[in-house]
Amino acid sequence: MLPEAHHAHHPALAHQFDSLGQQKEAATLGMWVFLLTEVLFFGGMFLTYAIYRAWYPAAFAVASHELDVTLGTINTVVLITSSLTMALAVHAAQLGQRKLVLWFLVATMVLGLAFLGIKSVEYYHKFEEHHVPGPGFQFEREYFRHAQLFFSLYFIMTGLHALHMVIGIGIMLVMFWWTWRGTITRDYYSPIEISGLYWHFVDIVWIFLFPLLYLIGRHGP
Amino acid sequence: MATVILPPRHYLNDGYGIASWLFTRDHKRIALLYLAGVTFFFFIGGAFAVLIRLELATPAGDLVSDETYNKLFTMHGVMMVFFFLIPAIPAVLGNFLVPIMIGAKDLAFPRLNLASWYIYMVGATFTTYAIVTGGLDTGWTFYTPFSTVSSTSQVIPAALGIFVTGFSSILTGLNFIVTMHRMRAPGMTWFRMPLFLWSTYATSLIMVLGTPVLAITILLVAVERVFRFGFFDPTLGGDPVLFQHLFWFYSHPAVYIMVLPAMGVISELVAAFCRKPVFGYSFVAFASVGIAVLGFLVWGHHMFVAGQSVYAALVFSILSFLVAIPSAVKVFNWTATMYKGSISWDTPMLYAIGFIGLFTIGGLTGLFLASVGLDVHVTDTYFIVAHFHYIMVGGTIMGYLGGLHYWWPKISGRLYNETLARISAGIIFIGFNLTFFPQFIVGYLGMPRRYHAYPPEFQVLNVLSSAGASILGVGYLIPMIYLMWSLRYGRLAGSNPWGAVGLEWTTTSPPPTENFAETPVVTWEAYDYGAPVEGHVA
Amino acid sequence: MWSGTPLFPESASTMASRVDSLYFFLLALSTFFSLLIAGLIVFYAVKYRRRAADSVGSQIQGGLVLELTWTIVPLLITMVIFVWGASVFFAMSRPPDETINIYVVGKQWMWKFQHLDGQREINELHVPVGRPVKLIMTSEDVIHDVFVPAFRIKADVVPGRYTHLWFQSTKPGRYRLFCAEYCGTKHSGMIGQVVVMDPSEYQTWLSGGASEGSLASAGAKLFQDLACNTCHRPDAQGRGPVLEGLFGKTVTLQNGETLTVDEAYVRESILQPAAKIASGFQPIMPTFQGLVTEEQLLELIEYVKSLHELPQVQPR
Repeated sequence: MLPEAHHAHHPALAHQFDSLGQQKEAATLGMWVFLLTEVLFFGGMFLTYAIYRAWYPAAFAVASHELDVTLGTINTVVLITSSLTMALAVHAAQLGQRKLVLWFLVATMVLGLAFLGIKSVEYYHKFEEHHVPGPGFQFEREYFRHAQLFFSLYFIMTGLHALHMVIGIGIMLVMFWWTWRGTITRDYYSPIEISGLYWHFVDIVWIFLFPLLYLIGRHGP
Repeated sequence: MATVILPPRHYLNDGYGIASWLFTRDHKRIALLYLAGVTFFFFIGGAFAVLIRLELATPAGDLVSDETYNKLFTMHGVMMVFFFLIPAIPAVLGNFLVPIMIGAKDLAFPRLNLASWYIYMVGATFTTYAIVTGGLDTGWTFYTPFSTVSSTSQVIPAALGIFVTGFSSILTGLNFIVTMHRMRAPGMTWFRMPLFLWSTYATSLIMVLGTPVLAITILLVAVERVFRFGFFDPTLGGDPVLFQHLFWFYSHPAVYIMVLPAMGVISELVAAFCRKPVFGYSFVAFASVGIAVLGFLVWGHHMFVAGQSVYAALVFSILSFLVAIPSAVKVFNWTATMYKGSISWDTPMLYAIGFIGLFTIGGLTGLFLASVGLDVHVTDTYFIVAHFHYIMVGGTIMGYLGGLHYWWPKISGRLYNETLARISAGIIFIGFNLTFFPQFIVGYLGMPRRYHAYPPEFQVLNVLSSAGASILGVGYLIPMIYLMWSLRYGRLAGSNPWGAVGLEWTTTSPPPTENFAETPVVTWEAYDYGAPVEGHVA
Repeated sequence: MWSGTPLFPESASTMASRVDSLYFFLLALSTFFSLLIAGLIVFYAVKYRRRAADSVGSQIQGGLVLELTWTIVPLLITMVIFVWGASVFFAMSRPPDETINIYVVGKQWMWKFQHLDGQREINELHVPVGRPVKLIMTSEDVIHDVFVPAFRIKADVVPGRYTHLWFQSTKPGRYRLFCAEYCGTKHSGMIGQVVVMDPSEYQTWLSGGASEGSLASAGAKLFQDLACNTCHRPDAQGRGPVLEGLFGKTVTLQNGETLTVDEAYVRESILQPAAKIASGFQPIMPTFQGLVTEEQLLELIEYVKSLHELPQVQPR
């Protein structure tokens, strides 16, 4: 049996791990596995959407046309940019550049909030136009039922995505605090890295949502 | 033999008081927190079963109203599936053993492990709230549009409870996967790991990939109910059969979450109580993974009469036959392990033998169901109920009890009363068969499931079944008593009371918080009984 | 008839013996393997019972030949079972060309059977022996299921679509019909009977019943009352497609796809006319969702089915 090596433990090394390297590998694998579960989670919704879109193409096209492509495109650019700032934050963390990490985290959060703000505007428009499913829903009689189905899927899918964004911003706040107080160093930056993985994933979900909901076949018969 | 003493420091006396338990990061204590939880919910689910069988002793619906009966079988299913069978072996035995069996100090993410338990308890609280505020009557399968439109019961809190508990399962699986990949002790290669870990790994894959689909499906049901969306409601353009596809995509693999860990336990028990390696180690290991993979491809066999196309039905049928093969291979391997073994008749081995017999019967009846033409007649009847209880109760629960008895000395440091334990195992075996074998017969006769009242010609078989249930209930109560008793008054076990091979038996009973005094370096294969071992005759 | 405790169901349809044969084969196979495994494990447990406290077993690691044998042999056996089960299922899924069609509407918690000639039954279904019967079924609310154990047949009854099953009974009698998909409070009360009669008795029963007119004639009246005939004219001058001779034909849709005109398409065209518009026609048909019941839909379907192709008229 190996005797325990007697050396000063890095303050960030958790007791169950033998080395920071092992800890980083475990954390990274853990985040990848978690993101895999998220793929399955969103996947169920994407599948449901795909099936109904295939069955009711006319109604879905007409309903999709009511979404604001301009705002959606702006949001896409905002989110992709936030992934860039996130990647830059990770890079800065690898180099131990604390101030840069803080700035890039702030930029990411600001862009994330911008995304949520624009989304709220979109939701508000939908509310005003009576496109929120439920008792107040209004639409052309011919496509009424299936358009309501489209908007149900729209709100569920973008709503869950927005919830993941909110959680992501929360994670960024925690990362900001850890970086501020010096927990994140050149030797120990894997929390920033795996937070980045999560952020990129949420971005990628949007990259799929946007074309599927806003762009495909928005021009009806 | 030297007098056995308790180690001075171990995980149970490493901190006293409720806070040291509720805020623990020790995987062993978390395992015991789960043990308390699953045992509690098992008895609630069991109480519902007792009422069901009491009602079914007579053809008329005369004990409870039909609404109440519908809630009883629903909540029996929900409690047993989501709050007992799915967590029990992974979260109790898995949590306790995974780090020890690979030579690690804890799981990869101890705080996440504790969070998993809290998530489980929160989910269980939601569901318990649903039960005490009127109950749920949709069946554990929540078929739409009944669950989304027609039922007037507490669908939303129950659905949310199951949604939340699903995350406990996901995070436990995630923890196990990362731990087994990254934290094995030096020399512990994949193919030196005990087969319990291979089963746990395969189970974790299913937990991680399948549960999220249940989560989104049950969320859509809750949302549809609250907001009157139309995902599954035909009057709003939705498709009720789509719900079934989404639901069974998880719930079929879920049955492998329930049985694979039990199979893992059986591999350990057979090796330990025959004192030889499991026959065909790599075949058993790959069979576990094979079951997990194939298990994702067969969900449509729950829907042969639901209106899918003939060709879809045939594809699911042939795949369902394929998934039976790895299970059969395991049964043959366990049987071959017993050949020329040095077999002890201790209680864990009795449970293992019971498992092999009953799982074989349950699995063979699965072939009846995979044959589409025959399934048309028996689906939605008591034949199905008998089939899955043979696997879940005759299989999983016996595996769980066998494992609990085998590792009890390691977990508690004490030995339980072997005589009482053997008697209980016998009572359980007899009670189980009397309860569920008649159900095959009454099912083929045509008695549908979920029936509150039934035609009189089915009565005799139902009475036999109810009689069996009362015996089975007694059988489950006795271990509660002697296991609890042993905690205080049981003989001290020592580090290896069974004379078994495995890392868990090289450390003290109970183990220290960090599991090992020094990190082990593994240079031997699994089940290396080549050298003589200390032990006993039973 | 129902007394005592049967241990095996009656066989009263042409499919029953096929299903039972497969069942008995599987029973024999299962009994063999169960006894084999149970016998071996008990035998080994006794024969190799540990005698000395420190003895170990024979350290056998495995055997490739055995592994391959007990993988391949079960695989072959299961493939045989698969083919057998599949062939029984094919027979169940393909009704003969000439069937007596009966419409079934399930609702919480009763069965409504509608014969084509107008006979309506609640919870009881009269059929003649020896003739193939096809049930075309839908639900008004939640999913139900028609199950007749004596015939060994079962099919879910789903709201929003039509499902089918067929049977040919082999002996007169009364056979239980159960709802076999949990549907709420009185699920176990949703029980009926199939009454199989000799042909002459069946004729008597048919003619003795209340004649409200056949389904098709009720549908004809509805067709007029709802003004369908203003657009769907036999002289092709209407704004909608000609329905005479249409049922069973293949039509081309606006998007280029083709489909066969069946009950489901007629139903959908009445409820969601914009969904699948025939090529060459405008999307102007109003929806009748909420204006017709399931029974009325069946009447309209039967009426459309009854519209035979008109002899060709020479253009003037």
